[in-house]
Amino acid sequence: MHGTRINFGWGRVAALTVLALAATVLPLPEPIEPFRPNFVALTVLWFCLLSPRLLGLSYAWIAGLALDGTSGVLLGQHALTLTVIAYVACKLRLQIRAFPPLQQSAVILALLWLNEFLLFWIDGIAGHAITDWRRWITVPVSAALWPLVTGLYARFAARR
Amino acid sequence: MSSHDPDPRPLLLGGPALGLRLIVLAAMAAGLMVADHRDHHLAAIRDGIATLAYPIQRAVSAPVQAWNALRESFATKTRVEAENVKLESDNLVLRLKLLRYESLEKENERLRAVRESAPRAVQRSLVAEILRVDLDPFRQRVLVNKGTRAGVFRGQAAIDAKGIYGQVTRAGPLSAEIILITDPEHAIPVQVNRTGARSIALGTGRSGLLSLPYLPQNTDVIVGDLLVSSGLGGVYPPGYPVAKVTAVVRDPGQPLLAVEAAPLAGLDRDPEVLLVWFDNAIVEPEPEAEAEAPIESPTPAPAQATAPPGATP
Repeated sequence: MHGTRINFGWGRVAALTVLALAATVLPLPEPIEPFRPNFVALTVLWFCLLSPRLLGLSYAWIAGLALDGTSGVLLGQHALTLTVIAYVACKLRLQIRAFPPLQQSAVILALLWLNEFLLFWIDGIAGHAITDWRRWITVPVSAALWPLVTGLYARFAARR
Repeated sequence: MSSHDPDPRPLLLGGPALGLRLIVLAAMAAGLMVADHRDHHLAAIRDGIATLAYPIQRAVSAPVQAWNALRESFATKTRVEAENVKLESDNLVLRLKLLRYESLEKENERLRAVRESAPRAVQRSLVAEILRVDLDPFRQRVLVNKGTRAGVFRGQAAIDAKGIYGQVTRAGPLSAEIILITDPEHAIPVQVNRTGARSIALGTGRSGLLSLPYLPQNTDVIVGDLLVSSGLGGVYPPGYPVAKVTAVVRDPGQPLLAVEAAPLAGLDRDPEVLLVWFDNAIVEPEPEAEAEAPIESPTPAPAQATAPPGATP
């Protein structure tokens, strides 16, 4: 995302969000299902780092609510967790953007872990905790995809 | 928006505005969660989001369904012939069974009339197609393409050709979410068909495995026993096959048996399920209770999951 000339409108934002949602519910064979990256969280973080004024916390909240509705979980849980990580990302935006790619991935890893931990917590409070260790696999997988995501999204956003 | 930002506002975000927004949004999300967890308060919002999400889910599911349709239309002649032979032999067996069924049904009706209890069989059913959508990988739920517009309701039983499938946990206008009997939050009252011993079969979260943790050591249950729905709780129609016992572990140090069973319904491969309506308002009347008003619903046993999960009593 360094120095990319970005030019996109709400249509592209909506398209990216819908794509991320679709990728989240795309059927996968059962053994590799836990490895599915958290596409919506990655998209939210990318937009936060890119232009928090345009697509900051409110966007994170709406995307989270859409994710809740699409995947049929407790309404508001992803809205809450994504808003929290979007807040941290917006706060530290300029530092994170200045980091080299590897360090940036490490920060993303921490944020995604926070997201998953908050979800884990909410599940527990709501009375249906998932204690399966495989739920955490998505965090490193998503963080490893971060460089790829930034590259792809920047290209998508920069196309006129 | 471009990299040379014309926006005159300060480049550094933060301060009270950002924090305030976080607090407001987080509070809204928390409010939503509480209202949703307490159930029913958010039916309209939930329905709205479900309707918006439906096209996405439909689109995601489409390629798999198209592939299946394509494979179907290019099926080879030999395969179709083999299938035909198999179906014909199946048909013969079923017809032989049906010959007995007619007379048995009459006899059953007569006996029930003698005992003054009404028949409790499935009265109406609706075929619903399962969308190929992955909801939560750690929960056993599926989405079907029929909703409240087709008359689907929360708590409705779903069965397939082989046995009991699950129940509806959430019904939107166009789609409904079904919790499978193998979901860790699901429990179904069952009966060992051979002996009539009643118990509860819990989901384990793994497809193909139910556990029956509440059977005493002296229960007569062996590997291969058929478990049928007992109808207690009123969610499932009684007498439908649920699972076959696959393992019985008798540990003398434990007060209860560890019994495992494999569900009969094709939980992970069915393309469609039947949503059923049946008359669950009638329990066998006791002789002295006859004069009273008809009982609305059977008294659920304490540990049964008659209400879909998430519902707080």
